[in-house]
Amino acid sequence: MIPSTLEYTKASSIDEAVAAVAAGAVPLSGGQSLMPMMRLRLAAPHAIVDLSGIPELVGICEDEDEIAVGAMTIHREIAASELIRAHAGLVADAAGGIGSPQVRNRGTIGGSLGHADPHSDMPATLIAAGASVIAKGPNGERRILAEDLITTYLTTTLEPGEIITQVRIPKSDDHSAYAKFHRRAIDWTVVGVGVCIGDNGVRAAATGVADKPVRLSAFEAVLNGGGSLDDAIAKVAEGIEPHAGLDGSVEYKKHLLGVLARKAHGEASSR
Amino acid sequence: MAVDYTTQAAGGIGDAVLRKEDRKFVTGEGRYVDDLKLPGMLHAAFVRSPFGHARITSIDAAAALALPGVHAVLTHESLPVETGVLSASNPGGDVRHPEQAILVKEIARYVGEPVAMVIADDRYLARDGADLVHVEYDPLPVVVDAEKALEAGAPLVHAEYDSNLVKTLEHHTDGFDDAMAKASKVIKLRVDNQRLTPSAMETRGCIGDWQDATGEVTLYTSTQVAHFVRTFVSIVCGTSEAKVRVVTPDVGGGFGAKLNTYREEFAVCAASHAVGRPVKWIEDRTEAGVATIHGRAQVQYYEVGVTDEGKIVALKFDAIQNNGAYNMLLTPSISHLTLFMVPGLYDIQDISIRIRQAFTNTTPTDAYRGAGRPEATHGIERLMDAIADELGIDAAEIRRRNFIKPEQFPYSSATGLIYDSGSYDENLDAALELSDYAGFEARRAESEAKGKYRGIGLSTYVEVCGLAPSAVTAALGIGAPGWEHSTVRLHPTGKATVITGTSPHGQGHATSWSQITQTELGIPFEDVEVIHGDTAFQPYGLGTYGSRSLAVGGIALYRSLGKVREKARELAAHLLECSVDDMEWTGTAWQVKGSPDRSKTIQELAYAGWTSASLPEGIEPVLEATTFHDPPNFTFPSGTHVCEVEIDPDTGRIEILKYTAVDDCGNVINPLIVDGQVHGGIIQGLGQALFEETVYAEDGQMLTPTFVEYLVPSAADVPEMTLSRTTTPSPSNPLGVKGIGEAGTIGASAAIVNAAVDALSGLGVRHIEMPMQPARIWNVIQEAKS
Repeated sequence: MIPSTLEYTKASSIDEAVAAVAAGAVPLSGGQSLMPMMRLRLAAPHAIVDLSGIPELVGICEDEDEIAVGAMTIHREIAASELIRAHAGLVADAAGGIGSPQVRNRGTIGGSLGHADPHSDMPATLIAAGASVIAKGPNGERRILAEDLITTYLTTTLEPGEIITQVRIPKSDDHSAYAKFHRRAIDWTVVGVGVCIGDNGVRAAATGVADKPVRLSAFEAVLNGGGSLDDAIAKVAEGIEPHAGLDGSVEYKKHLLGVLARKAHGEASSR
Repeated sequence: MAVDYTTQAAGGIGDAVLRKEDRKFVTGEGRYVDDLKLPGMLHAAFVRSPFGHARITSIDAAAALALPGVHAVLTHESLPVETGVLSASNPGGDVRHPEQAILVKEIARYVGEPVAMVIADDRYLARDGADLVHVEYDPLPVVVDAEKALEAGAPLVHAEYDSNLVKTLEHHTDGFDDAMAKASKVIKLRVDNQRLTPSAMETRGCIGDWQDATGEVTLYTSTQVAHFVRTFVSIVCGTSEAKVRVVTPDVGGGFGAKLNTYREEFAVCAASHAVGRPVKWIEDRTEAGVATIHGRAQVQYYEVGVTDEGKIVALKFDAIQNNGAYNMLLTPSISHLTLFMVPGLYDIQDISIRIRQAFTNTTPTDAYRGAGRPEATHGIERLMDAIADELGIDAAEIRRRNFIKPEQFPYSSATGLIYDSGSYDENLDAALELSDYAGFEARRAESEAKGKYRGIGLSTYVEVCGLAPSAVTAALGIGAPGWEHSTVRLHPTGKATVITGTSPHGQGHATSWSQITQTELGIPFEDVEVIHGDTAFQPYGLGTYGSRSLAVGGIALYRSLGKVREKARELAAHLLECSVDDMEWTGTAWQVKGSPDRSKTIQELAYAGWTSASLPEGIEPVLEATTFHDPPNFTFPSGTHVCEVEIDPDTGRIEILKYTAVDDCGNVINPLIVDGQVHGGIIQGLGQALFEETVYAEDGQMLTPTFVEYLVPSAADVPEMTLSRTTTPSPSNPLGVKGIGEAGTIGASAAIVNAAVDALSGLGVRHIEMPMQPARIWNVIQEAKS
């Protein structure tokens, strides 16, 4: 658990960070995923650029019909944000339950998305909430739907040289909630489900059941077609094939998907 | 037991005094091996086998050696130490003991076995260098499962033997067959006591410092057994034991995993010799998962004959112990401890035991908190519930009917032990009362109304600790004694230094040894300094393991204190000009009987003994005494644990609602430390019951090397525990103490599993294997329902 030799720089502006990443450095945000991977030598970047010295990457504010969340905003701030609680309760739920207090005080929303761990809580809730990310690279800024960001294990559609600068969450009036299951009190999520219920119907997404966070399309379709919750739960795992692991079998994870979809739906409905 | 943790008690025996050690540990001032920096020190990293079984065809170190800052790459060919047997355990004789090379010689036999050693300027460069060592392997067939390893045709872990059998331990009583034939019912049960990773907070680490000019070797190492390590270092490294000094600074936990002599400890000494500078190695967490011993890994087959009333008439135990790829210090003896405790605290005189030990392509197993006894207790306590269930008798009642009764002590067990004392009904009664066992069915109904399953589970245990009478260790084929050393030295100012052969790594000996000293010699608690863990200061010490420190080392101290007190008496009588028989001890001074004005405090006597201005005839200067205490018997703590759980059928999660433990560890020196040991022990038992399992894939890969995969419980997983105690003093020692370091772990796992089985008994569930992770419980429920 000793990282290999590397070059460390701390950027003081987004442009400086982008230049470093474009030159091959790996961006370091809260370090809650990258650092363990480096210590295990699963990641061995020759250079890292620390984003913690860039003030404009931190903070939560309203911007017209969206909430703009700086990529370096820590989970604890998101969990405590009344703005996010009011408009995207499931994101606040997820942020408040990630790892341990220590992790929530260091880990960031941008880091969680960029790392793209298939068991992360944050990406699934942002997908269900219809959020987008702003990425900045050598060729300028672009907007990516959260749903289009993560492609598979630890892999995103970010271009070389791009970093996530902001997450934009719609200021919706949806009722929403996130429910997850983990083995120990402080542990990685086995399966998590985020549900948003609004005038435009139900949106739901899950983590821990594929190589990336996934929309629960069959579940949404039943409910949006006027079907019952029981029918929706019966179809929740349609098209989804979780991986068996030490944390459970395929059948168990499919079952949990239903249990958690019901729980999240129930909590969202009661809000 | 209500202990007020908030106020500082007085410092004598029985007082809940706060620990002397705590300030440095909670303020980060502890000093561990990794805190030590020697001038010119280099750092080591190991290249470890990525295969469970493979022949090394070549090692190319050129790229590593070309890395600036790398000083040397050592392999079996270049490391100047002997290959040897690194075990002191030969129970029953004829144990197969394959030699271990310090670095692999030709064939690697488990993932993580050290193949090469890189020495560099710092730890990072050493690791970089290790990554550049190119080793070619030719993979060989692998066997990881002990039962499969004993099947005909299994891949051989050691080709020099005709099978993977290490040793078969057997013990059969003459009347067994007849007794079993008379049983009205025979009940069978298979129990898998899974492999665990000890997970001390401080991983292992060591610094070797070989002085070429003098031949002196100093080894700083995180160990429980400094003197064992010294003896082995001198043998393996081919130097005089008198020239080897082993120093253990603060040790951050061991749990038995540091009751060993490891290849890295020899390697840093030899490497220091080779490069002419001190060499440090600190184990990283993933290394700890494969390079430090594992525990448990025993599969058990029980067959028990009972009467219709539930009295056990005969017990058959057939087990397979997974020893891993080699025998470490005590590996073959661990399942021997299981053998001892197979009957538990039940009066079973007809018994048949066979334990087959197997080599496999896995990390070696050895002592882990409880070492062989948790395996025995978990199995028999699962079996008692199976009997209760089969006969329709209450779980508490079935135990009561089979308990050894107080009037039977000292009790000769069918496995050859003499249980010293105990009152098992008393433990059970107290635990049933505290846990409101009688009111359980109403609580079960409440849970059922919520759609949850609720269960209550009992575990009644006895264990054998206080290791060990030396004649017994010799008879058991352990090449080491079981006595302990102490020296008590009074300084001219009346302060005391206590030198102990025990080696605390969390047990609080600085505190409890000071308490014994205050009570027995009248030196205030705060005036006592305790020195341990440095072979330069101790004649010899056997160390700390097997809940032996108090029952053996504490008694060695008690006897030295008595010798000093008696010497002080002669001095006092001389100075006060009266006869020794006229002196009486006040607790802090010797006085002429009935004359408080004619007295000498122990401090005054310490000064007088030092100045030696006037000594009685035949008395040497200085109040100091040394004792080597060999215990006459083991000690036998016992207890009853009761666990109440609720299971969520949707997720399979088990929640522990209530945990009650009544333990009898004999007399108590410090209730605060005893409670802490019970808490920690129960949590480790809970870890095994609910979360922990070291998993190997069929191909020998280790699937749980980090804390992401290997689930150690955190504080947030721990239920509130209600603790109480009963006391049957051990008659085997003058303090009446027994031991409490392992009892919690020994008692806990069965109580938790029995509670879960009870919760699901309505579905027809009769047994659940550990760890009872949610997915397993959910599967058990689905299978029971289908």
